[in-house]
Amino acid sequence: MSQAEALPRTPRPLWSLGLLRSEITMTFRRWRTLALLAVLAGVPVVVGIAVKIETGDGGGPDGGGGQGGPAFLSQITHNGLFLVFTSLAVTLPFFLPMSVGVIAGDSLAGEAHGGTLRYLLVAPAGRTRLLLVKYAATLTFCLVGTLVVALSALLTGALLFPVGEVTLLSGTSVTFAEGLLRALAIAVAVALSLVGVAAVGLFVSALTTSGIAAMATTVGLLITVQILDNLPQLHALQPYLFSHYWLSFADLLRDPVYWDQLQKNVGLQALYALVFGSAAWARFTTRDVTA
Amino acid sequence: MPQPPAPGPEGTRPPDEVPGPGAPDDGPGPQPADDGPGPGPAGDLAIETRGLTKAYRGGQLAVDDLDLAVPRGSIFGFLGPNGSGKTTTIRMLMGLIEASAGSARVLGQPMPAAGRRVLPKVGALIEGPALYGFLSGRDNLRRFDAADPYADPRTRTARVGRALERVGLAAAAGKKARAYSLGMKQRLGLAAALLQPRELLVLDEPTNGLDPQGMREIRALIRALAADGTTVFLSSHLLDEIEQVCTHAAVMARGRLITQGTVAALSATVLDSRGHGRLTVTTPDTADTVRVLKEHGLTGLQAADDRVTGELPSADAAMGTSGGGAPPDLADLNAALVHAGVRVRGFGTERASLEDIFVQLTGEGFDVAG
Repeated sequence: MSQAEALPRTPRPLWSLGLLRSEITMTFRRWRTLALLAVLAGVPVVVGIAVKIETGDGGGPDGGGGQGGPAFLSQITHNGLFLVFTSLAVTLPFFLPMSVGVIAGDSLAGEAHGGTLRYLLVAPAGRTRLLLVKYAATLTFCLVGTLVVALSALLTGALLFPVGEVTLLSGTSVTFAEGLLRALAIAVAVALSLVGVAAVGLFVSALTTSGIAAMATTVGLLITVQILDNLPQLHALQPYLFSHYWLSFADLLRDPVYWDQLQKNVGLQALYALVFGSAAWARFTTRDVTA
Repeated sequence: MPQPPAPGPEGTRPPDEVPGPGAPDDGPGPQPADDGPGPGPAGDLAIETRGLTKAYRGGQLAVDDLDLAVPRGSIFGFLGPNGSGKTTTIRMLMGLIEASAGSARVLGQPMPAAGRRVLPKVGALIEGPALYGFLSGRDNLRRFDAADPYADPRTRTARVGRALERVGLAAAAGKKARAYSLGMKQRLGLAAALLQPRELLVLDEPTNGLDPQGMREIRALIRALAADGTTVFLSSHLLDEIEQVCTHAAVMARGRLITQGTVAALSATVLDSRGHGRLTVTTPDTADTVRVLKEHGLTGLQAADDRVTGELPSADAAMGTSGGGAPPDLADLNAALVHAGVRVRGFGTERASLEDIFVQLTGEGFDVAG
């Protein structure tokens, strides 16, 4: 180890991806992440079994459904694929964004709390690069979490109920293959719906050195926003709440697809990512790292 | 912190120099253009600060107008009581916190502006190790190495293995870091600083939590690194540690630099200012000893248990006492004690230790500077 060897090695753009890979691997190796994914995978199983028992009692397939969000519940007994739509509709208001809030909230604050942030920064990871890597890893979790729900629901649905042609909300029927494709599109739409929460969580995480506080704040904001979105008096404000267009994914089950709300949702999520991403960047790149 | 706003992902900056595919990690070749101005005005200094100041909220100065000069190739001891601003200084040097005033250059380049170029050449252990408890020791190192955009992933496994061996952790590398003892964590933190060949190592209390055997190993490691030309900036409150390994030292107190220079020069200055040394006599007859020594012109006599210590008089002070002229010969003093019937078990002078210097410079007070 001589000084001559210590001349700077040349960085390659691809080497930067090493940090992203390390971040994603680390995120999905943590017990906390695995527990969150297990909960997400469990929701469709519970819903599926509940529906099975309910309808097994002979209480007609159209008996109790229809109250929770889009009218998917009643369809599950006809077609297991509808369990995918139902499960995503059930998890999107709370379970999915909550788990995203946990991951995003802990992303920077957890490193700061453990002190590892200072070692990443002197490595030097670069503050902007680290922020982007953290956001990218959180977005990866959004997608994986959604897919876990969808896959678990698909398996449960196929095991408990018949599968076959899918009757869309508009009444037309499509093949099972196209139904699967639409399910995948819905999963992607749901994952995109979480982009805004992830950005808010990242921003909160950049403010504090306590991972728990950041997680709690993000989840608290999530609940607050959901409540605000249900107060009729705040009608003017609601189109700007990140959860406002979440259930628009149901429009993918129409023929033809209603794109209007879906596009608004993607635009709103992009706006949140931009605003809160910039705020997180402004804060994180100027912050004194004293932990 | 005034980092230049990167226009995109920092990692996508085009490389300054693209060696052929498969070129070795540390291969020889022309230096990239951004390697700095070479031996400029600050070329022989590994660390240089001018008027470096950090005021925390509320206006309290953690570091006050610090002018530090760490020569390249030195082992530089950075001394100071708890709360004297050592770690704050190190954090500013590493670009973790922003200075309120003044400037800092590390390896000849301004920090934190040139952090991306400077920090890959710097290994740091700051305020103790920080690890991912749920990862093994080896995976911790892989993680920190992945954060360095200059680190070649193809040599990662080999470099991690070498670093683990250097700090004696190879056998425990597969254990989860949360199961490590404090000393093992400290070693792993050191290993992270040694993942690459470095020009500068900044080590904040590196032997904290180590057993005596481990301390010796780390000191030997530091000497070996320095012998290879690495500059080592070592903050510590263990004075004998600094005395054993350092060539240069600086002393801080209450955020201000009290003195800096070579360890030898520091000892000499303080020795001159406080006389010619201290005589220590070990004897059961302390009262008689004090009386005899006083007659021979020793001052500041203190008796504790079976030890008597006192300042030997300097030449001019000895004029007025019995014998006059030259200060008393130590052999004569000993003979005088024996003649007076004092039973002497031990007799000798002590040279001023770094501890004496330290206490003299920073004050005896036990209270942490607030």
